Amino acid sequence: MSSLGFECVNVLYGNREAVYALDEQVKPGEWLCLIGPNGAGKSSVLRAVAGLVKYRGIITVDGTPIDMRSPKRRAAMVAYVPQSPLMPDDMTGAEYVLLGRNPYVGYFGTETKHDRALVEDVLERLDLREFGTRRLGTLSGGERQRLVIARAIAQESPILLLDEPTSALDIGHQQQALELVDRLRREHGLTVVSAMHDLTLAGLYADRLSLLHQGHVVASGSAAHVLRPDILSEFYGVSVSVHHQDDGTVVVVPKRGRS
Amino acid sequence: MFARRRLNRWWIVAAVVLLAAAIVLGAMIGPAGGISAANWDIIWNIRLPRVVLAGVVGAMLSLAGAGYQGVFRNPLVDPYLLGAAAGAGLGATLVFAYGRTATSGWPVDPLPLAAFVGALAAVLVTYLVGASFGGSGLSLVLAGVAVAALGTALQQYLLLRHSDVIKEVYSWISGRVSTATWDDVKLVSPYVLLATVVLLLHRRQLDVLRVGDEEAMTLGSEVRRIRLIVVIAATLGTAAVVSVSGLIGFVGIMVPHLVRLVAGSSYRVVLPLSILVGASFLILADIPGRMIEHGGETPIGVVTALVGAPMFIFVLRSRRVPA
Repeated sequence: MSSLGFECVNVLYGNREAVYALDEQVKPGEWLCLIGPNGAGKSSVLRAVAGLVKYRGIITVDGTPIDMRSPKRRAAMVAYVPQSPLMPDDMTGAEYVLLGRNPYVGYFGTETKHDRALVEDVLERLDLREFGTRRLGTLSGGERQRLVIARAIAQESPILLLDEPTSALDIGHQQQALELVDRLRREHGLTVVSAMHDLTLAGLYADRLSLLHQGHVVASGSAAHVLRPDILSEFYGVSVSVHHQDDGTVVVVPKRGRS
Repeated sequence: MFARRRLNRWWIVAAVVLLAAAIVLGAMIGPAGGISAANWDIIWNIRLPRVVLAGVVGAMLSLAGAGYQGVFRNPLVDPYLLGAAAGAGLGATLVFAYGRTATSGWPVDPLPLAAFVGALAAVLVTYLVGASFGGSGLSLVLAGVAVAALGTALQQYLLLRHSDVIKEVYSWISGRVSTATWDDVKLVSPYVLLATVVLLLHRRQLDVLRVGDEEAMTLGSEVRRIRLIVVIAATLGTAAVVSVSGLIGFVGIMVPHLVRLVAGSSYRVVLPLSILVGASFLILADIPGRMIEHGGETPIGVVTALVGAPMFIFVLRSRRVPA
């Protein structure tokens, strides 16, 4: 299990700062969910950890700054599931998941028997065996999303970053994908950081929520603490009612405006 | 689960058989008749160098095309994308326009040298310009468009000023292997060999790049370095073969695409198969040129497009194009 730390992290896109002075500690095995309106900086935080955007400040994994590692070592620490992954139509499921082994293969090398066996094992455990020989272009959105998660699992990184993992899925597949992440998190002791729009689902699965607004963290804590009508109204400009179920679930329901 | 690997081996075997058949045909057919003891000199000194050079050129252009398509993630890209053709064309035109009399006493022919240097220089300029505005795949392609336009414009200006060499220049641009000698083969072989080895060694890396620059980076690939190395190798090989054969078009796009349609898009198959199929295709494309016109031969670059384009359309129509 690994921890992920942010010390005064600023993310820059050209001259525009997308994230200001982020200080955050994600504990080993914790699931932190970043919420906030479009453009708040959620994706920028994930992309900074994945090494896709420049940032100032320090991002650490287990206390060591992550940009001191080579791209391969970094990939072995952090797996990233983008919002809309590019999935070549005629690649098979197994070939796709095998890409997750890239950090462990030499520059001119090829995957070993161990890599292939591990991929078959991951597909087996994620109940994706039948998709191993299918081409990606023939699969549904939910099936493809599970294969992307399988690729991240084959990467064997202790930290998993998910950018809007459920945005393209129906309610059944949303639940299926998040249940899968939750199960894998427990089995592998993964530390998960996700960005999500669905507040109820975010509160349901994450240990902790951080609400970002214009690059600043404006609220952080449990679902009950962050998902309050006054906070959501201030930062999303939305009118909602929040219901607390007996099992602790926080349900956010938008209210219809007067017409 | 990974059973396609075995299937791929059969494609390689089939392609080797095709290449062998193409070589035999290429050696047998010509105005002087089939293979016989009396013909041996003609076969060894005229037909075989031509067959081998056509094979080397076809293999190199196809492999380089596949490499370019891999690093730019675009199946419609050819090895001339970054200005290699325009640079080689400009270099050759300069020699035809100014150099023929001045260099008549030189021990080496300046034409291949000028084409080679022109191709490399154009791609180098493209890379420097592209890097100055970001260095992404797209900025390189855009820089290549600009450099190619500039090179072509300069070449056209030169041609208008020296209209006496237009026919020679166009004959060179159309491409030919009919004058091939074993010396030509020896001249290009080291570059082609080096480029081939480097490109083949990157076959797995090119498969990783299929998920896009960003995702490849998060999987630990150093995308820019890979792109630079592949472009250098493909350009070196392309410049070498172009310098002796002229600008043979269409092969670099068509062959890798054809391979993808039948054997899938994994670069572990596309690269080796492009070598074999590209060599076979150009050897075969060189044969009708010997027979269509008896007075002068039809340039091979014309035949590749005349024969290749309809064949390509036929294959495209009969199979769905993979992304």
